[in-house]
Amino acid sequence: MPRHLRVRIALVLAVIAASVWYLYPPKKTINLGLDLQGGIHLVLGVDTAKALAAQTDRAAEDVKGALERKGIGVKRVAREGNAAFTVELASPASWNDALTVAREFETFERRNEDQSAGRFTLATSERRVRELADSAVRQGVETIRNRVDQFGVAEPTITRQGEDRILIQLPGVQDPERAKALIGRTALLEFKLLDERTSVDDALAGRLPEGSEVIYQRRVDKETKAERKIPYVVQKRTLLTGAELNRAEVNADPNSPGNWQVSIEFNAVGTRVFGEITEANVGKHLAIILDGTLYSAPRINERIPGGRAVITGQFTVDEARDLAIVLRAGALPAPVAILEERTVGPSLGADSIRQGLIAITGSAVVVFIFMLVYYRGSGLVADVALGLNLLILSACMAAFGATLTLPGLAGIALTIGMAVDTNILIFERIREELRVGKTPRSAIDAGFTRALRTIIDTHLTVMVTAAILYNFGTGPVKGFAVSLFVGLAASLFTAYFFTRLVFDLVYLGRRKVEAVSI
Amino acid sequence: MIELFRNPNWDFIGKRRRAYLVSVVVILVGLGSMIAKGGLRYDIDFTGGTLIQVRFEQAPPVARIRTSLATLQLGDSIIQEFGEAREFIIRLPLTGADSEEVGRRVQKALASDAGLGKFEVRRVEFVGPQVGRDLQLQAVYAVVAGLVGILLYVAVRFDLKGGVAAIVAVFHDVLVCFGALSLANREFSLPVLAALLTIIGYSVNDTIVAYDRLRENRGKFSSKAKAFADLMNDAVNQTLSRTILTALTVFFSTAILLFFGGKTLEDFAFVLFVGVITGTYSTIYVAGAVVVEWTSYVEGRVRRGKKAVAKA
Repeated sequence: MPRHLRVRIALVLAVIAASVWYLYPPKKTINLGLDLQGGIHLVLGVDTAKALAAQTDRAAEDVKGALERKGIGVKRVAREGNAAFTVELASPASWNDALTVAREFETFERRNEDQSAGRFTLATSERRVRELADSAVRQGVETIRNRVDQFGVAEPTITRQGEDRILIQLPGVQDPERAKALIGRTALLEFKLLDERTSVDDALAGRLPEGSEVIYQRRVDKETKAERKIPYVVQKRTLLTGAELNRAEVNADPNSPGNWQVSIEFNAVGTRVFGEITEANVGKHLAIILDGTLYSAPRINERIPGGRAVITGQFTVDEARDLAIVLRAGALPAPVAILEERTVGPSLGADSIRQGLIAITGSAVVVFIFMLVYYRGSGLVADVALGLNLLILSACMAAFGATLTLPGLAGIALTIGMAVDTNILIFERIREELRVGKTPRSAIDAGFTRALRTIIDTHLTVMVTAAILYNFGTGPVKGFAVSLFVGLAASLFTAYFFTRLVFDLVYLGRRKVEAVSI
Repeated sequence: MIELFRNPNWDFIGKRRRAYLVSVVVILVGLGSMIAKGGLRYDIDFTGGTLIQVRFEQAPPVARIRTSLATLQLGDSIIQEFGEAREFIIRLPLTGADSEEVGRRVQKALASDAGLGKFEVRRVEFVGPQVGRDLQLQAVYAVVAGLVGILLYVAVRFDLKGGVAAIVAVFHDVLVCFGALSLANREFSLPVLAALLTIIGYSVNDTIVAYDRLRENRGKFSSKAKAFADLMNDAVNQTLSRTILTALTVFFSTAILLFFGGKTLEDFAFVLFVGVITGTYSTIYVAGAVVVEWTSYVEGRVRRGKKAVAKA
């Protein structure tokens, strides 16, 4: 009697049972890649340098403010590079007082001091620069996840990739352009005062005071769809940002039928600041600016105590809805750029699944018939082993939560061709042993034993390449590597272990074996 | 019992010079094509750029698509029919900073020409310059890592000679595949790279089967009774039916993938298809032959060395 028959049968049955358990029901257990179910794959690059520059600008404003509050005259504050700014005092006399103020800004290091000129530079420390870049990416991931959740995408993937990249995968999104706009928008909402002392013509001619800039408003003509850009002169100083926002909601624009607006409500801090701004600037115009575009600049008629405002701008209901989402989710700490995009429409995905399945079925049918015709009884065993291989392969994909991609389907088709290799190796060996005159029983024994070493070698080499593919590849190629690797591992079990068990059951249990069907 | 070969005993190793000639000619034709066409064509995965796959309701003339795109001034766009007459792939080179806008502008341009009819955008791929560069580097790393991994594996399991021979065979296969890609005007893309790596694994796998047999035989007969070349030839012959049978099953699978797997997988399947053929050929003719050449070179030197010692 061959050894451990019962244990081996139990093991095979257990593997089959586990496979069926993991696979059921297949629609839910197998993850389809974006190339099969349609969707967007995006890699965003976070412009951490810009975030740093913005941070430095804010710090420069703060330092200037702090100095002026102490009665120290400031001639000039200018950013140098992304991480440093230079302060030039009105007179060197206030040098010591100025240094006391500067010391309060602990994250900055003082450099290039020139007392006689009343000039020093504050530079962000290296460590702080790294921290800022890191937190910009981390916050970016959080913000985008927030937006996507509110947009409503089933099972999105949003992860950090390397130093400054964010990987986003949105399966099944119908309108990729809209999703992209929602994700990629910085959504920095700013409230600034108009510079009403400078005329637009002067500003456009280059006669612009230091603290002001030109910002455009976009107007689209309903009839002609032509876009106009209207220039405004705006003070550079930001009075309030969307960070102090509590709520953002969509409602119909009462002044412009057919258009929608977003009404916002500030939190406690925002409400207080908004109240102060409006109180101090009655009669002036407050510009509402989103990502560098002016949306409206209403006149402040009186102090607004409730912390409420509206953003109007010829929005459609979808635009207004998306704007409300990004405002609620908050601004990205740094602008992002799309580095890589792969969008697959749902119809193409469905076609790919169909073609992939045709290839797998075709390949299986041809190989099944080939093995059956060439090796007869043994070929049938190999075919059953192959079927088992496909079952285990699918179950492993389900169990590990691996994603099935189009190249993955190709990998399965290829695995079918390669998996029977093990059986061919064994069967050819058995035939050879029979040819030199061995009895069927010893030929089977010798065939399995001698082929084993070769089988392990052949599997390991291809598995090595599959592992390398997995390590370097992107999404779809990774899928190919996974199915190839798992398919080969499964074939060690099915084509060797399982086939040998069947042979032992059929031939070695009998007292006398006349012939082998091979 | 159906048998492809019954105790085959062909003189593969003896005819290796002729095989060298075949290999050299095939590789030279491929390289010639690559040189004539100015190198391999790379997919946007590596060059960066935008790819848009569009399906129209009615098949439009390519020229018409070209004219509506020309208004965009986006550089040299390549428009190719993809699988059927109403489906096209439009490729655009990288243009400046806002390349992710390119997709949207192309859609607008196509929509503005009413004569083109309705269309559906089925796929958009944009690869920025940074990502393209990263992928290029990764591709090189992957191939090098694959080769080194296999060299180490074979060198440890067998000997250095075997490892180097396996690598030579793999190089041979990769060169043939490159040539075939160029001759067939196909592009080098990420899936093609995946196929190449698979072929590397497959080709070595085949070679190993023959080496395993050689080692087993060497244990049986003392190596002095038979010349090394004959031992190698025996091993190739003994594993020949397995080599051909496995090649056939894999060949079926890749052929079905190539002809029924759809347009998206075509280049990938094409490389596998060519690779299986050259991989099988190189197992029989290249890998074994290199070991034989090397061994006879070493033996020759040893003999000459002995003579020199005798004279002295």
